[in-house]
Amino acid sequence: MIKGSSYTGRNAVIHKEREEKIMKEVVAAKSAVEAAADKNPIIKVSKLNKWYGDLHVIKDVDLTVTQGEVIVVLGPSGSGKSTFIRTLNALEEFQSGSIVIDGIELTDDLKNVEEIRKETGMVFQQFNLFPHMTILKNVSLAPIWVRKWKKGKADEIARDLLERVGIPEQADKYPGQLSGGQQQRVAIARALAMQPKIMLFDEPTSALDPEMVNEVLDVMRSLAESGMTMIVVTHEMGFARQVADRLVLFDKGEIIEMAEPKAFFDHPKHERTKLFLSQIL
Amino acid sequence: MIDERLHIKGEMDSRLEVTDAPRLKQDGQTPFFKALKKNLFDGPKNTLLTLLTALFSGLVLYQVVQFAVTNSWDVVYIHLRLLMIGQYPLEELWRLWFALYYASLMIGGTWGLFKGAGKAVALTFGSVFLAFAIIPWTTLNTTLNLVACLLLMAGGYLLGSRFSVLKIPALVLWALYFPLTLGLIMGFGGLLDPVLSRYWGGWLLTVILASVAIIGCFPLGILLALGRRSELPVVRYFCIAYIELVRGTPLIMVLFIGQLLIPLFLGGQTGMDNVTRAMIAYVFFAAAYLAEDVRGGLQSIPGGQYEAAQALGLNKIKTTFFIILPQALKAVIPAMVGLFITILKDTSLVAIIGLSDFLGTARRISNNPEYLGRYLELYVFVAVFYFIFCYLMAYVSRYLERSLSKGSR
Ligand SMILES: Nc1ncnc2c1ncn2[C@@H]1O[C@H](COP(=O)(O)OP(=O)(O)OP(=O)(O)O)[C@@H](O)[C@H]1O
Ligand SMILES: [Mg+2]
Repeated sequence: MIKGSSYTGRNAVIHKEREEKIMKEVVAAKSAVEAAADKNPIIKVSKLNKWYGDLHVIKDVDLTVTQGEVIVVLGPSGSGKSTFIRTLNALEEFQSGSIVIDGIELTDDLKNVEEIRKETGMVFQQFNLFPHMTILKNVSLAPIWVRKWKKGKADEIARDLLERVGIPEQADKYPGQLSGGQQQRVAIARALAMQPKIMLFDEPTSALDPEMVNEVLDVMRSLAESGMTMIVVTHEMGFARQVADRLVLFDKGEIIEMAEPKAFFDHPKHERTKLFLSQIL
Repeated sequence: MIDERLHIKGEMDSRLEVTDAPRLKQDGQTPFFKALKKNLFDGPKNTLLTLLTALFSGLVLYQVVQFAVTNSWDVVYIHLRLLMIGQYPLEELWRLWFALYYASLMIGGTWGLFKGAGKAVALTFGSVFLAFAIIPWTTLNTTLNLVACLLLMAGGYLLGSRFSVLKIPALVLWALYFPLTLGLIMGFGGLLDPVLSRYWGGWLLTVILASVAIIGCFPLGILLALGRRSELPVVRYFCIAYIELVRGTPLIMVLFIGQLLIPLFLGGQTGMDNVTRAMIAYVFFAAAYLAEDVRGGLQSIPGGQYEAAQALGLNKIKTTFFIILPQALKAVIPAMVGLFITILKDTSLVAIIGLSDFLGTARRISNNPEYLGRYLELYVFVAVFYFIFCYLMAYVSRYLERSLSKGSR
């Protein structure tokens, strides 16, 4: 407790400075979005198709995401949401179509895959922390071994990120000693440590006890406010309504509807969307 | 107090009184007797079993004590040097003593620095040293050397417990221990005269064979386990073929093959001695089994671990070394140590290809007409020695398993 609070004290100044910086970034990002609109796509997916054997799980999906945008992906179970988001950082292969992320085309070329994985951070439903390493090590491992940062620098940034997700005092514990919500926040910090331009979330709160959902959503919300480009698969309608710039409804591997939250919830165009909303709300 | 309460309760409910009655009677007894009664004399069947077991144990104990006391054990102590180090030349004995000094210092130091299972290891080695120092049949020289070992161990402990900065040097010294002492025992590079391996024997040979096999099979076994899951079919099928072939072959055959085929492959008489050939055979044999143990560990790692590592941009090699292998190896510590214990015991098979390991030496001595029929003392001595060290390995493994699983619940 004492350790935690003194640490917070030491970092208060840094924290303040960073917040100011973030605010500037936010303003910059917002104005960029308004000014450039679709001119500055950071993700461009076109005519994407994927099969598992005979099963056609992604059908002709087109999606363009601009810098700083937050996309929430909705859809019934088995509709291909996870598969789609996982193709974006090459955890799944696809058979036709194209994915371009920050100007890099996703191909079989390992070099490109590596580059794209540096650009995108991913947060999983099951956290997938490395159980044999301390929290700090979990966060600083990839910066040290992939970005080749010095250990001191990586540790410092890792501690800053843990502070940002609200658990600086857990740095020296092991994942098994943390609650689900804390583990998921570590997972977010771990992904952020690689300084990605895009964050992908696959149902980040679905494995959590209800009382821990909000602490994770809060972190995601502040991340969105800082101007991060995010694609979030979730069933949290409150989050979708509040934070998303656009909502996307998947069904049977297709994008059925894509709209801003207000339009999506209040005037859905498609019958399928209405049915989905009536089931979930 | 309690009596009263229970009694009142009992009056109110007669059923309760019946079930409580026996417990009330015991109240005056100490916890020890309670535990005794609960564990040993809980009902007629258990009482019978307890009595039978006690009777049997008593008989065995009586036999053992009688055996230990009525035998003169001269066959053991006359051949003690042969049993421990074989024909190792007397004038080069200092090399072995140096290896023991080094080990004693390190064991003591490790206990002081890292605590934990280091204590059990130090106490076991210390007791064995002490036992050999005290028995009257060892030479004065031996006794003095053993006392020096004990002192070094104590000194190591004191150093270790005072100066925790020595942790890294200690690990480095441990890593150097095996190559250094093996080099010393063999003699190396013109600096030290070679001591031909045909002079190695007894417990010394057993320990050298087992250590080489265990240390050598470790990297090979891990590579085979990884190769078995490789995406390259050539690598995968080679590893599968190797593992299955070796596992489907008796160790004795592998030893014979080692003796006959290695010289053949290397082109006739290469000057490679039997011991080296046996070492190679053991390493390759144990590697196949270790590979299967490690494979079990690799399979227990959930797919999410690979995905998380990939998503962070770690490539295959880094994922394997930082994420997958540490968890897989930790998961199979018990199986691996089981294998290592088996290796230690299986080195006794080298007697078949003409080497005199610990057990083989005992057998040769018992074949000596002068000591006809005196094999039992020898074998008991050998068995106790094997048991002490195998049990120590098992103990350390359990400790490691427990302390490594502390962090990750
Ligand atoms: N490895 C796989 N092999 C074969 N089929 C798969 C595989 N993974 C997913 N599928 C199938 O692909 C379809 C889409 O799965 P996906 O996991 O993307 O759905 P989802 O929308 O994320 O569902 P949920 O909400 O349950 O997570 C499902 O029909 C599923 O059965
Ligand atoms: Mg899913």
